[in-house]
Amino acid sequence: MSILDKKISELHQLLHTKDLSVTDIVDATFDRIHQVDGKVKAFLTLNEEYSRIKAKQLDEKLVSGADRGLLFGMPIGIKDNIVTKGIRTTCASRILENFEPIYDATVVERLNQADTITIGKLNMDEFAMGSSNENSGFHPTHNPWDLSCVPGGSSGASAASVSAGEVLFSLGSDTGGSIRQPAAFCGVVGLKPTYGLVSRYGLVAFASSLDQIGPVTRNVEDNAYLLQAIAGNDPMDSTSAKVDIPDYLASFTGDVKGLKIAVPKEYLGEGVEPGVKERVMEALKVLEGLGATWEEVSLPHSRYALATYYLLSSSEASANLSRFDGVRYGLRSDNSENLIEMYKQSRSEGFGEEVKRRIMLGTFALSSGYYDAYYKKAQKVRTLIKEDFTNIFEKYDVIIGPTTPSASFKCGSMTKDPLTMYMNDILTIPVNLAGVPAISVPCGFSDGLPIGLQIIGKHFDESTIYRVAHAFEQATDHHKEKPKL
Amino acid sequence: MSRISKDQVKHVAHLARLAVTEEEAELLTEQLDKIIGFAEELNELDTDNVEPTTHVLELKNILRKDEVRNSVSVDEAMKNAPSERDGQFKVPNILE
Repeated sequence: MSILDKKISELHQLLHTKDLSVTDIVDATFDRIHQVDGKVKAFLTLNEEYSRIKAKQLDEKLVSGADRGLLFGMPIGIKDNIVTKGIRTTCASRILENFEPIYDATVVERLNQADTITIGKLNMDEFAMGSSNENSGFHPTHNPWDLSCVPGGSSGASAASVSAGEVLFSLGSDTGGSIRQPAAFCGVVGLKPTYGLVSRYGLVAFASSLDQIGPVTRNVEDNAYLLQAIAGNDPMDSTSAKVDIPDYLASFTGDVKGLKIAVPKEYLGEGVEPGVKERVMEALKVLEGLGATWEEVSLPHSRYALATYYLLSSSEASANLSRFDGVRYGLRSDNSENLIEMYKQSRSEGFGEEVKRRIMLGTFALSSGYYDAYYKKAQKVRTLIKEDFTNIFEKYDVIIGPTTPSASFKCGSMTKDPLTMYMNDILTIPVNLAGVPAISVPCGFSDGLPIGLQIIGKHFDESTIYRVAHAFEQATDHHKEKPKL
Repeated sequence: MSRISKDQVKHVAHLARLAVTEEEAELLTEQLDKIIGFAEELNELDTDNVEPTTHVLELKNILRKDEVRNSVSVDEAMKNAPSERDGQFKVPNILE
């Protein structure tokens, strides 16, 4: 067993007894990356020299007995839409190919305080728009379980790098499923926290009312460690909530007796593959065996979530991405005579197809004469979708269903038609619209590819999600399976 | 009947400050038409008495004290500038 297969708590024990050094962990991490990343292609930038220096510094801290952070000595990969001071941050877009941020995102600052080591920056769909990583402006990332399949998206490389054992854990971002869908496809644990729990300061904005940063890990316990380090109010993000942060590690009681689970019939209906349904039903049996009860419920407005999401997220994106104009940073086209032409040429040369399509859709939905019919209508339907969740949570503790309608798919098989690709997110999108938290945990396989179980909780009730996810994980062996690379 | 015309697509592209070729405009017309058509299923719902959600959390105005704080230096601000002169962003002609 490689040291990289261990949990944070186990590694901390080994560091404590001096059976392991931080340098050992960092060396093993880069050995693994150099061994498999040529196949997986998860990293856009490696931070090797700095990581080795930081490892030495932390080892000195270990010897001196100085205070250690919560994630002391743990290597981490960071999605490339989270800014890192002095480390290139591209959003996997040509328009930011050479962009070097002058500040750290709040989450990065908090990770530094927790003594993590930023190993490198992870590939994604350009500006987080996509469900397969095929929209990266540089190269696609591959699924470690089957290299001819996609890792999901947009945080595809955040999930693939953890699944492939390249890093212990990573940060992703989730606007419509971008942490949970790739976590499901790659057989790892991914949490989208409650909107407002984790600061978005330094997350390059896609859709500001939906975006959340969250942890991707190999097990539920590590996930809670990572969330503990990054959660909490930040004055630099005015949408960050002022709530008390509980001790997430205290939620692992293993006790789900009397837990009331709601299972929306819309999440197991048409379009959900039999292999996925079977795994979810098996998972419900496991939880029943542990003393939980479940009932079928309805989230009647689920079917409208996809259209609502694409109108709102694209509208917000069209405004957010107007900052990329070739003036202060990013690519500037040489092929223009005046300012307006410079804007147009720079943006057209720098953005990829999907990004342009969504900017167009959003600009249209916000344009004079269409605003009420599309944008405002979608905001109203968002209210109905949110109320669906409020109603269910009056009677139930969690909502459970699959994370995705199918397992991963072959690279290139869905790139022709944007709408088909969008369908991947039908079970994750309603969660972002309602702002509630949800996790995807491995619940088995279908034809050799991992399937994810989605556990949705009440606003700011990540503790219950963790309790259920952990109880399920401990009762099953799915999380112990590893891809052969 | 199509929901969006090629001329509209060109107009929206101008608003979005994107340059599109004839072929791109044609493809976008087709794709956007399909996506907008799909979005029109929202019209099945009666939302006359529904308040729009702009934000899921109940937030009021978030204010801070108006105090002088450190900000970035000119050098830092210029670090990623594609073109600069004397600590200022340089751009092509604005007026003809």
